[in-house]
Amino acid sequence: MINKTVSGAKEAVKDIKSGQTLMVGGFGLCGIPENCIRELVNLGINNLTCISNNAGVDDFGLGLLLQNKQIKKMISSYVGENAEFERQMLSGELEVELIPQGTLATRCLATGYGMPAIFTPAGVGTEVAEGKETRIFNGKEYLMEMAFDADFAIVKAYMGDTAGNLIFRSTARNFNPLMAMGGKITIAEVEHLVPAGELNPDHIHTPGIFVHRIFQGESYEKRIEQRTVRPKTN
Amino acid sequence: MLDKNGIAKRIAREVRDGMYVNLGIGIPTLVANYIPDGINVVLQSENGLLGMGPFPFEGEEDPDLINAGKQTITTLPGSAIFDSAMSFGMIRSRKVDLTILGAMEVSENGDIANWKIPGKMVKGMGGAMDLVASAKNIIVAMQHVNKAGESKLLKSCTLPLTGKNCVKKIVTELAVLDVLENGGFRLLELAPGISVEQVKNATEGKLIVEGEIKEMVI
Repeated sequence: MINKTVSGAKEAVKDIKSGQTLMVGGFGLCGIPENCIRELVNLGINNLTCISNNAGVDDFGLGLLLQNKQIKKMISSYVGENAEFERQMLSGELEVELIPQGTLATRCLATGYGMPAIFTPAGVGTEVAEGKETRIFNGKEYLMEMAFDADFAIVKAYMGDTAGNLIFRSTARNFNPLMAMGGKITIAEVEHLVPAGELNPDHIHTPGIFVHRIFQGESYEKRIEQRTVRPKTN
Repeated sequence: MLDKNGIAKRIAREVRDGMYVNLGIGIPTLVANYIPDGINVVLQSENGLLGMGPFPFEGEEDPDLINAGKQTITTLPGSAIFDSAMSFGMIRSRKVDLTILGAMEVSENGDIANWKIPGKMVKGMGGAMDLVASAKNIIVAMQHVNKAGESKLLKSCTLPLTGKNCVKKIVTELAVLDVLENGGFRLLELAPGISVEQVKNATEGKLIVEGEIKEMVI
């Protein structure tokens, strides 16, 4: 079995260069590659284009890279909870491309499936459609949306093995398996790394062929954005 | 005049047994609290969950388990989890029966605007454009008029659109209306204590009133 393990986040991200395009997994702060983001901050590269559903919060997730002015452009569907993001966007320091969430997910999917484009009805008749080719299928209008071209995909999984196979947990799955398939180089950080052979092949969400580097992350904070609970009553 | 919970209660009566339903953020989220006993529905959360359960008990929050509003939630027996592309696959291929979402404006031909106010910070459309472009049935929960008393049920939307010709039904603090195929808001029910005249005054778009209009049951 090919061994995909690297020593840690530092080794995993060391050759990411300023100006490159990264897919970064997660939905809100759920299922984000915390270790790699921390290490990208340390690496100090800039002018990054980040494809990620959200942009973190001010002091966590991709917000850390924003604070450090390392991101030139964000491609996201929703960027609500981040004051520094707002400041940079309004001042023109940060370029932002907002795209529908399903379009984002499916463009990631197309990238990983080796298809150049998709047709989606999302955004027809809105400003999202401006300048885009449209086609009519069965009487309904669709927008042509292109696959991405990402130098790296950085994802987070719950379990992984040394062969790069990944298993996600709960809704921390979100964009991670899609992006894992879409990077020219895919880096996976996992909470639990096991030797090849310990995971049931039937349970693998992302086959190791898509993953180039894998390591077991440390000190996961797993911050909760909206803690909603109900009281315990007996 | 209905409050937010009143609007949610009325919309809950549109939900039928066996439906897969996607609830947007705000008033639509409240609908889940009022689905009548004996009606089995499965709530879809577009980040990748079917079978969304209630909020967890205090101390049992799981940071890996959230809904599309990023709130901690729970699963239910029979729940399924999947990636975000599959999630929008089930939306686009019309497996989700009903979408309930909020709006800033709706036009008489069913256009909806709910994601952007020019000049203000734009947060993004999230999954709203995908949902409105593909949903079989869309019910909008909204205020009939804005704080200045101006109608939000318009001839044509003034704000950037989220989707065109997609809204089927609207529940406001004043009334239940549907959007006709050929355009126009048809008044179906009135909120308790509201007159047809009040709805007329609050509706800028074409309002169609046919016969006796009943008071809504909540």
